[in-house]
Amino acid sequence: MIQLVSFYIFASIVIASAAMVIFARNPVHSVLWLIVAFFNAAGLMVLIGAEFIAMLLVIVYVGAVAVLFLFVVMMLDIDFAELRAGFVKNVPLGLLLAVVLVAELVLGIGAYQAGAVKLGTPEAGVATLSATVPNIEAIGALLYSKYVFLFETAGLILLVAMVGAIVLTHRRSHGTRGQSISSQVQRRPQDATRIVNQPVGQGIEL
Amino acid sequence: MIGIEHYLVVSSILFVMGVLGIFLNRKNVIIILMAIELILLAVNINLVAFSVFLGDLTGQIFAMFVLTVAAGEAAIGLAILVIYFRGRGTIAVDDVNRMKG
Repeated sequence: MIQLVSFYIFASIVIASAAMVIFARNPVHSVLWLIVAFFNAAGLMVLIGAEFIAMLLVIVYVGAVAVLFLFVVMMLDIDFAELRAGFVKNVPLGLLLAVVLVAELVLGIGAYQAGAVKLGTPEAGVATLSATVPNIEAIGALLYSKYVFLFETAGLILLVAMVGAIVLTHRRSHGTRGQSISSQVQRRPQDATRIVNQPVGQGIEL
Repeated sequence: MIGIEHYLVVSSILFVMGVLGIFLNRKNVIIILMAIELILLAVNINLVAFSVFLGDLTGQIFAMFVLTVAAGEAAIGLAILVIYFRGRGTIAVDDVNRMKG
């Protein structure tokens, strides 16, 4: 009973907040509704025992991606009223497309319920779920053994994304004097210093 | 009883919401990026639901990689948005024709 109630609460809030994301007038409100949607999607995942993905969703999306969106929305001085000008014009086409997509998905799910297409019997799963091992432990054991190269590739993707974002948005400011490492390294002692045999009692010419 | 179909319905509605968001807000890139995040969330719900349904953890591992790519995509997309705004003073995307593509 409690599963049913909580599923419907989470699912309806996810869908309602997703609608608010795309219909909200103010993009800041859109970002906040996006956070609500991610929280409730995390709830949906906890409900079926995928705690790790749920926590990741909260940490990565709510903690990082949504804050990134908020920063950009608030930092750029954008006239959002002007951007919404074509909204009404796009409604018929958008709704038509949405109805077509929903119909297709409903058709697929209905066909699945009527008796799914048999794609053959599955092999013995490589990573079967077990009731005794906790979800996070099982994922860790799998991630650091069988999928370790994929894991490292994911790290590489994040590194490339980070470098790319910094390179794209970095601005060299003109007022400051930066360090030129190549000219520092190229400087030789004989160019920079001289040895003078200085006679006593005479001034030195610099 | 809650079955896999319930999760499939939720994720398909979420997916269509994302597509609808792209179509309705064709000028505002920020909303488009958020709609893409919604689509990826729908994909993740699908992956996790099938992972639990089939009793195979690989789906959850894959959902993690989708999450990684989504985070990178958001960062790069917003960076491109920031430099585009610096150059043009607007983020209306329906008249982007700098590259004459």
